[in-house]
Amino acid sequence: MTAPPARWLDLRRHTTARVALGRVGNGLPTAAHLAFQQAHAGARDAVWSALNLEQLAADCAPLGLPVHQVASQAADRRQYLLRPDLGRRLRQADRQRLARSPTPGAFLLVVADGLCAAGVQAGAPALLAELVPLLRAQRMAPGPIVLAEQARVALGDEIGEAMQAAMVAVLIGERPGLSATDSIGIYLTWGPRPGRSDAERNCISNIRPAGLSPRAAAAKLAWLMRAAEGLGATGVALKDAAPMGLLP
Amino acid sequence: MGFAHAVGSTRHTFADLKTLLARATPLRSGDQLAGLAAASAAERVAAQCALADLPLRHFLTETVVPYEADEVTRLIVDRHDRRAFAPIAHLTVGGLRDWLLAEADTASLAALRPGLTPEMVAAVSKLCRLQDLIAVAAKCQVTTRFRNTLGLPGTLSTRLQPNDPVDDPRGVAAAILDGLLLGAGDAVIGVNPATDSVDATCRLLDLLDGVIQRYEIPTQSCVLAHVTTSLLAMRRGAPLDLVFQSIGGTEATNTSFGVSLALLREAQQAALALKRGENVMYFETGQGSALSAAAHHGVDQQTLEARAYAVAREFQPLLVNSVVGFIGPEYLYDGKQITRAGLEDHFCGKLLGLPMGVDVCYTNHAEADQDDMDALMTLLGVAGVTYIMGVPGADDVMLAYQSTSFHDGLYLRAALGKRPAPEFESWLDRMGLDAASRAGVLPLAPRLAGLA
Repeated sequence: MTAPPARWLDLRRHTTARVALGRVGNGLPTAAHLAFQQAHAGARDAVWSALNLEQLAADCAPLGLPVHQVASQAADRRQYLLRPDLGRRLRQADRQRLARSPTPGAFLLVVADGLCAAGVQAGAPALLAELVPLLRAQRMAPGPIVLAEQARVALGDEIGEAMQAAMVAVLIGERPGLSATDSIGIYLTWGPRPGRSDAERNCISNIRPAGLSPRAAAAKLAWLMRAAEGLGATGVALKDAAPMGLLP
Repeated sequence: MGFAHAVGSTRHTFADLKTLLARATPLRSGDQLAGLAAASAAERVAAQCALADLPLRHFLTETVVPYEADEVTRLIVDRHDRRAFAPIAHLTVGGLRDWLLAEADTASLAALRPGLTPEMVAAVSKLCRLQDLIAVAAKCQVTTRFRNTLGLPGTLSTRLQPNDPVDDPRGVAAAILDGLLLGAGDAVIGVNPATDSVDATCRLLDLLDGVIQRYEIPTQSCVLAHVTTSLLAMRRGAPLDLVFQSIGGTEATNTSFGVSLALLREAQQAALALKRGENVMYFETGQGSALSAAAHHGVDQQTLEARAYAVAREFQPLLVNSVVGFIGPEYLYDGKQITRAGLEDHFCGKLLGLPMGVDVCYTNHAEADQDDMDALMTLLGVAGVTYIMGVPGADDVMLAYQSTSFHDGLYLRAALGKRPAPEFESWLDRMGLDAASRAGVLPLAPRLAGLA
């Protein structure tokens, strides 16, 4: 006996992918087409969004940590996209300014726009509000906080070197996708200095309201920072030491 | 030996072949990032003029990456067939462009393949407008076989790409059924695994093989894991059809991918030994990978991309595709640059004898949108592209980029009068899938794919 044909729509129960959209001729039905356009528009606007540094500094003020503001050598978003190398280098005046207030051995927290300033603007204060008290409770003195514009992950290396930090955690906006335009990643680097490779970092990604919660991300980072301090290293060596389930 | 050409009162000089090729390359951000692009439009056209006058024989005497330092160069030089080269041995690069447009036909182009080096093909592409890239590629015919026949005249195939963010078998299965209903999957049903492990790869291979067997689909499967993972999966007895690998145009790029020619050869032999099909390799490439790996030797990204095709053709692949818009705006900034690169890659791949597809795609930080993708896929369809990708709703929820959709494949076939691979087309007809999708029903029993 033949079962009746299943409904195409039922496929949607099994995936978040854009299945069972229907067809009009060979094209997408208008609603599905516009839903895609809306998601892409959100992602595009997120890529081209900019940090409001004054607001971000005000949001960080209750944490009671010194807050610095810096920018990379990428002059604007277009140059930032075209020249990743410039997004990894500090403007000279900013480097000199940071070097005048060194914090030897500090656990620096860098908040960077990356590819999604809007996500960082919205999500970083809550993440820091979980993280800073947790680190203090574990007797790890965090800070200062450095807010960085037009920044790639590796900008943290030069910031950390200028301030003589022991390690740097870069909270940075991740590349917006069609389904998430508010995702933050954290990259932790021990002994920051220009030339560090990505293999020498540890990463926590997908931090957003619908992904990894700020509290869970803060707990992971606190564990990593404690372990990095003990090991005197971040990267592959540290990842291998992490308990199962702690790292993505 | 250097090269020179005057434009007006300015004499532009180019120190060597790789510099001449780089300066002659139409503008793209990756060559600017590498510091290799022409400094002005005048310098670029001067380089194109000098390149047009360069005898093709010169490419047999000057390499762009040293022979001693690079196994890809050694492969290119050692495999060059002077007898096949003879019909064009008297030509310059500009003369080759004219010959390709005026004289060449499908048979002469097929005979010429072993006589062409990637650098010759890259050079002539730099002198071509988009319509030249299309017209010449359309004369090329490259046919490959596994469970069906790909690349026959009048056909256009698609890779069904049912990626899932966490390799959830139900998510993968749902995307497969969705794609089959919309006529996708004759090139391959190919999953990018979220986790590159032997366990995850074997689970996905079992799922894909099960679907193909239960619905008796004349197509093949692939899990796009690293070649070493596929080797381990084969040793475990997994039902593996195609070995996948990303490759590049220099030895150092391939080292950064964790592969060598010897490793690829080992994998090809292992897959052939399974006796499941005759063309058992699937390669992906893309302009910019060598610069990204700091392995470009001062050579422009398009020439290096063509060199990757020399690696590919050594292994008689079933499928090759350039993932042209995936790498990001620092290599290909906008829709215009992605469009040209996609057509260049297809042209170069086809001239070198590859079953060339293109992942017509973009990321959200590139200056591109669906209109650019519609234009490029249509141009590629006219150029006779072997296959494009098929992703649910054009939105890859695992790799977070936009490619072509199942609907796009239907559009392109209809707009250009193309058909799927014949064995697959018969299966689609037998299953009544086209009418079913118009009626909103799914005649493929979902439980056969593991969906209750």
